[in-house]
Amino acid sequence: MERPILEVKHFHAWFGTHEVVKDVNLTLHRNEVIAVMGPSGCGKTTFLRCINRMHELTPEARTEGQILLEGEDIYRMSPIMLRLRVGMVFQRPNPFPHMTIYENVLAGYLLNNIKLSRSDKDAIVEDALRKAALWEEVKNNLKKKGTFLSGGQQQRLCIARAIAMKPDLLLLDEPTSALDPISTAGIEELLQELKKNYTLIIVTHNMQQAARVSDETAFFYMGELVEFAPTRQLFTAPKDQRTQNYITGRFS
Amino acid sequence: MPEPLLTHTSDKQLSSASSSAEASRSDSRSRRLASRISHAERKDQLFRQALLIAGLIVLCLVIAIFLTLIVGSIPSFRATGIHFFWGKVWDPVTEVFGALPFLAGTLLTSFLALFISLPFSLSIAIFLGEYFPPGKGKNYIAGVIREAVELIAGIPSVIYGFWGLFVLVPLVRQLEMKWNVLPYGVGILTASLILALMIIPYAASLGREIINMVPAELKEAAYSLGATRWEVIRHVVLPYARTGIFAGILLSLGRALGETMAVTMVIGNTSVLPKNIFSPGNTLASVIANEFTEAASKVYLSALIELGLVLFLVTTIIHLIGKRIIKQFST
Amino acid sequence: MHLNSIKHLRRRQLISASIRGTVLFFTVLTLLPLVYILIYIIKQGIGAINWSFFTQLPRPVGETGGGIANALVGSLIIVGLATLLAIPIGIFSALYLSEHPQGRLAGMIRFCVEVLTGIPSIVVGIVAYDWLVKPMGSFSAFSGSVALSIMMLPIMIRSAEETLKRFPTHLREASLALGVPYYKTILQVLLPCSLSGVLSGIILSVARIVGETAPLLFTAFGNPYLSFHIFHPMHSLPLLIYNYAISPYDSWHQLAWGAALVLLCWILLLNILTRMIIRKWSVRY
Repeated sequence: MERPILEVKHFHAWFGTHEVVKDVNLTLHRNEVIAVMGPSGCGKTTFLRCINRMHELTPEARTEGQILLEGEDIYRMSPIMLRLRVGMVFQRPNPFPHMTIYENVLAGYLLNNIKLSRSDKDAIVEDALRKAALWEEVKNNLKKKGTFLSGGQQQRLCIARAIAMKPDLLLLDEPTSALDPISTAGIEELLQELKKNYTLIIVTHNMQQAARVSDETAFFYMGELVEFAPTRQLFTAPKDQRTQNYITGRFS
Repeated sequence: MPEPLLTHTSDKQLSSASSSAEASRSDSRSRRLASRISHAERKDQLFRQALLIAGLIVLCLVIAIFLTLIVGSIPSFRATGIHFFWGKVWDPVTEVFGALPFLAGTLLTSFLALFISLPFSLSIAIFLGEYFPPGKGKNYIAGVIREAVELIAGIPSVIYGFWGLFVLVPLVRQLEMKWNVLPYGVGILTASLILALMIIPYAASLGREIINMVPAELKEAAYSLGATRWEVIRHVVLPYARTGIFAGILLSLGRALGETMAVTMVIGNTSVLPKNIFSPGNTLASVIANEFTEAASKVYLSALIELGLVLFLVTTIIHLIGKRIIKQFST
Repeated sequence: MHLNSIKHLRRRQLISASIRGTVLFFTVLTLLPLVYILIYIIKQGIGAINWSFFTQLPRPVGETGGGIANALVGSLIIVGLATLLAIPIGIFSALYLSEHPQGRLAGMIRFCVEVLTGIPSIVVGIVAYDWLVKPMGSFSAFSGSVALSIMMLPIMIRSAEETLKRFPTHLREASLALGVPYYKTILQVLLPCSLSGVLSGIILSVARIVGETAPLLFTAFGNPYLSFHIFHPMHSLPLLIYNYAISPYDSWHQLAWGAALVLLCWILLLNILTRMIIRKWSVRY
């Protein structure tokens, strides 16, 4: 049996004295899409941001417990190293406005001054943009600035930028909440393709989306991981009453 | 395809079966990566420190300026003491140093300039802030006027003084001859006039910003009650902007107090208590500008520095109060 | 009752219209002398401008002709040096302030920037004299540059901090999430995106000090000869204008008018440059 890609053991997170993530235990396997859902304020985004230690950027942030990425404790490695191995896509598409599409895809390499030959760069850009289903649309406009694309295209550019780094794990924080329905559908299709090469954790406030795209779903409520199960099972036969209430719309 | 930056998970399973050369290459790759990352973290540390140091330099600069003025004033303070501030005589020859002529000169010129300039600055401020505010695209002329005001506000003090010397001084001299006053041409009045001309663009753009800040909802409420343009200005805009305008006046005062070159060139450089607005005189700034390089003795120099300290304290306090009021006004 | 209020209304409207006329009148009245000053300077200055004006040194008293070459070169050197001194401290402390929106130290530093904004130029001259001229034993261009850079700092810092603060958090996070170290995120993402604002702040601060005379009176002091030595006294345009304006010689007055015109053109060009930079290089996010 392969080593799980992510193991979370008794993990807590605080903002100051306010505990936002309470005693989470989780094991994730490769090449799956895992959805993290729950009502707003339940701690799902905070939990996601702890996995690549972005949570630390907030002053007064504190954590306890272990998160192991392929067996390595993420708090024992450099956050820079961690973020090279774990990619993130944000709620609002955020291509760098001063870079071209080509440069945006390579941003992780360029900003870190990693020297690559021209042919290597071209190869990475084409590969990442193909995997993000954006290549055909932009291949003749690589020298244009990233901000001229539509919202859905910008988000796919951000996905390309993240996967160009060949991360072990890809985190997506409500990636379609700022997009129109057509772009949203495009991204959801993309996720199914991406899971062939990557493991994806997607936070969503839309439980229908969670049901559509994921293999396993984690339901968070008030900071606790209430239930974590294969998606079909969680949505048809939830084990916890709170999950049942959420799914049936008692609260959102 | 280029070598992956980090060994990908699926690659790892393959590499266990591959040659030892492959393994050692990936080892050196991860070593290079690790050292690159620790370099980056060290540079992060240094960078954060550099930012902090730059900030501290600014802090120390201000403290050092203050201390320099105080330490420099000590010999004069020891020689003259508190009487410095109401001493009427400033005579470097006999080493008697009294600051009253300059305090009087500074206050007279600044307040007179403020008084003269107020109606004009206010008019421009209302004109540009209320009748023709920016962005409405109402009037090309208003835009030109706004640009002109900004440009004129950038004219250096020494050029104002130059113009004042050649145009204003003869004018005032003629006026004085007509009024049977000693026709110096230079003096407190001339200095006040040129200061007023200099304050107007500055005060006008301050005032324009303040008047612009009056919330549209208040004005609209008044209009909807049937008020005319002027009534809205008088009963809504001006009262609301009152504190802001007061702060603008303070800031203009601070600016006038610190003005050096234009004043020096037209005030007549006489270190005597002025008898009336037609007499020549000196301000704190102008006497320093004139006599600093000629101050031979230690006490003389120290007395000038003490004047500088007084100027510094007065302008800084007024400036800070004005800024504080504006900050409260704009929130 | 009805008729009364209509009469009142007309009177009120008349008052409003006449106030509007008064304001317009006062505005034009105010601008007239100011525009007149501008025209006067241009008229006087144009007469003095010719090729030898820019390339020759001032002649001794009594001789006609001569130029402002030493003052022009001196101004360029003193201002250039002042800018070089001010930029690192100014930009880095602006970065510190924008990275620490709260924080007691940042608050104190902001207070100091405010104090520096209001400091009279002659006081800066006194301080630079005490720190550099006295210990070095002579006037110098360097001490003049230090004085000017002290005056540039608050403008530069305030304008840069405003620009840097507007940089959106999610762009910063995008960079950090890619594994880009903090200092690279600041230098290669934050700064390039804010370049137009930061650059225009620098140029505005230059425009502000290019005409300053008081800080140079007892630091750079002036020099009748062309000099490139920064630790010796050096001439500059504002010093020339001041010295020649108060002199009794007509030929010197002529030179001073020319110098005044050159100075104004310099300031105008810097302002135009600022506008162009903001228009062309602004990064939209």
